[in-house]
Amino acid sequence: MALDRWVALVLLGICLAYGYAAWFTMDGNLAPFMRRNPIWPSTFPKVLSVLGIFATLIILLGIEKAAPKDAEIDYRRLHEYHLGQALLLLALMVAYALCLRPLGFLFSTSAFLILGSLTLGERKWHIMVPVAVSATFGVWYLVQEVLGIYMRPLPGFIGG
Amino acid sequence: MLEGLLIGLQTALSFQNLLMVIGGCLIGTFIGMLPGLGPMSIIAIMIPVAISMGDPAAALILLAGVYYGAIFGGSTSSILLNAPGVAGTVASSFDGYPMAQQGKAGKALTIAAISSFAGGSIGALLLMVFAPALSSVALLFHSAEYFALMVVGLSAIAAFAGTGQVAKAMIMTLLGLIMATVGEGALFNLPRFTMGIMDLQSGFGFITLAMAMFALPEALFLVLKPKNLQGDDGEITDLRITGAEAKAIAPVIGRQSLQGFFIGVLPGAGATIASFLGYAVERNIAPKHEQDEFGKGSIKGLAAPETANNAACTGSFVPLLTLGIPGSGTTAILLGALIALNVTPGPRLMIDNPQIFWAVIMSMFIGNLVLLILNLPLIPYIAKVLSVPRTYLIPFILFFTLMGAYIGQNNATELLLLVGFGICATALKFADYPLAPLLIGFILGGMMEDNFSRSMQLYDGIGFIWERPMTLALLVVAALLIVLPSYRARRAKARAEGVAEGD
Repeated sequence: MALDRWVALVLLGICLAYGYAAWFTMDGNLAPFMRRNPIWPSTFPKVLSVLGIFATLIILLGIEKAAPKDAEIDYRRLHEYHLGQALLLLALMVAYALCLRPLGFLFSTSAFLILGSLTLGERKWHIMVPVAVSATFGVWYLVQEVLGIYMRPLPGFIGG
Repeated sequence: MLEGLLIGLQTALSFQNLLMVIGGCLIGTFIGMLPGLGPMSIIAIMIPVAISMGDPAAALILLAGVYYGAIFGGSTSSILLNAPGVAGTVASSFDGYPMAQQGKAGKALTIAAISSFAGGSIGALLLMVFAPALSSVALLFHSAEYFALMVVGLSAIAAFAGTGQVAKAMIMTLLGLIMATVGEGALFNLPRFTMGIMDLQSGFGFITLAMAMFALPEALFLVLKPKNLQGDDGEITDLRITGAEAKAIAPVIGRQSLQGFFIGVLPGAGATIASFLGYAVERNIAPKHEQDEFGKGSIKGLAAPETANNAACTGSFVPLLTLGIPGSGTTAILLGALIALNVTPGPRLMIDNPQIFWAVIMSMFIGNLVLLILNLPLIPYIAKVLSVPRTYLIPFILFFTLMGAYIGQNNATELLLLVGFGICATALKFADYPLAPLLIGFILGGMMEDNFSRSMQLYDGIGFIWERPMTLALLVVAALLIVLPSYRARRAKARAEGVAEGD
């Protein structure tokens, strides 16, 4: 089965779960006076779930076939591309999300930019480090001082 | 009207107000370029500065300048980085980004600047002439018509996904609508589909989703299969547009200035709907060979949403200035600023404070001119961002993507959601599912449900569909938009098979 039909199958599962919640579980706690209304919180989701199931079935049953196109990246040959770098960058983003608050903006961001460049093959430390650090300070100054959006600059244990 | 124009011109051309326009446009352009900071957040940030000036005309001129600048800056990041920070510039990335990839970044930015200027200026002219009359037309639209209008907008988006793609675009649109129902709805104040997670009470963040759908998969594709972002030599060339190109986009600009303006006048239907409808209409009326170019770097495909979104921004001032009803989130913030300055917008604004009404209109002309004069010479420098080596550019794109999501919600959970959605979006891209319909469905979902619910309550059921002829007509148009492309595709396929069989 082609990837687009596998995706349609997953989306059908999402629509079924969504529909189950909308049709069977959502209105359980509805106040009695609300039950007299022509519209319930579940009304719109119910319509969406039916349409969603119908649309996914069109793909899944092959009723509408898309014309084959030359893919930018062939997912069947993913291992031939720089998959390791992409996965490492995703891991770095997750690490950044987890470290932003505890380690502070300046440290986390500088580390993210340096490690990101390093992952992609940059080895010119004398350019990489100053660029990352100055950009980090620049963005922090703009966001915190000019725009007035608070961002903890340093880790808590050194007074950030 | 002539007297009003002179009053407006005198006020807008004062030294202080000229500074406000120039400063507002520059601040707006700069901040609007950063993905994640749209006009709403920029204007909200600028409100304390504007109010502290104490002069309502100067304050509104500054905020209007910021608004235009932000839309222009949003287009720049859409074209250069495929990272639209503003919903209204998502459609600009469809053809603007492919143009940048083909080494025509300078040309794309020039077309964007000229189209924005023309759209904004023609919009201001229309505002000046039609403001009072148009406000009464907007009053004819009730929640049922708004709901139907949104269905038309979403159907148009599904339709322009192309031959054989309508079902996929429909699924993506519905997925966007489904995602919009997560969290507390405006009408019920009941948490829905949150699975007990507190961070989902307010729903998914638009910026997070926008970044995940556009910037993240693009950056990951760049990592997976490195390519030269800019073409051959890394230099921005071809900055000028040729006479033939100008001739090709002129009618698009004319049509979309009008259409965008009128869509902008309708409360709720702002720059986003205008830009997508503009794109869809131009694609549908283009000759077959030009239709195939849309999405691959068509100049018409870039000029249409760029003109329409600026014209719609101007149009959205009509209900604000003449009725006191904000037509969009941004004008709602402007309304708050005006009230804080003891000015009540409405039908009496023209009578009680003519200098404010006319000065704002005149400052729109000046603001558009300032954007064109300041930004056109700066285009080669702005576009230089693409000559940064990918080892630096990609981490910075990822960083701005993360920052956009973080600043928008001030919540680290958003960053994890961003990565999760980004991975899903990449998988969808692999399977050739269009991502833009999902985002538009998500943006319109809340408004669509509100209008649907109000109509259901008013008519005690779905009677509003056949009891309001305009609603019925709009819904028929929406159905045709879905059915016709499929019918055309089937007919084309049958014809091709017939030819193959020697019929």
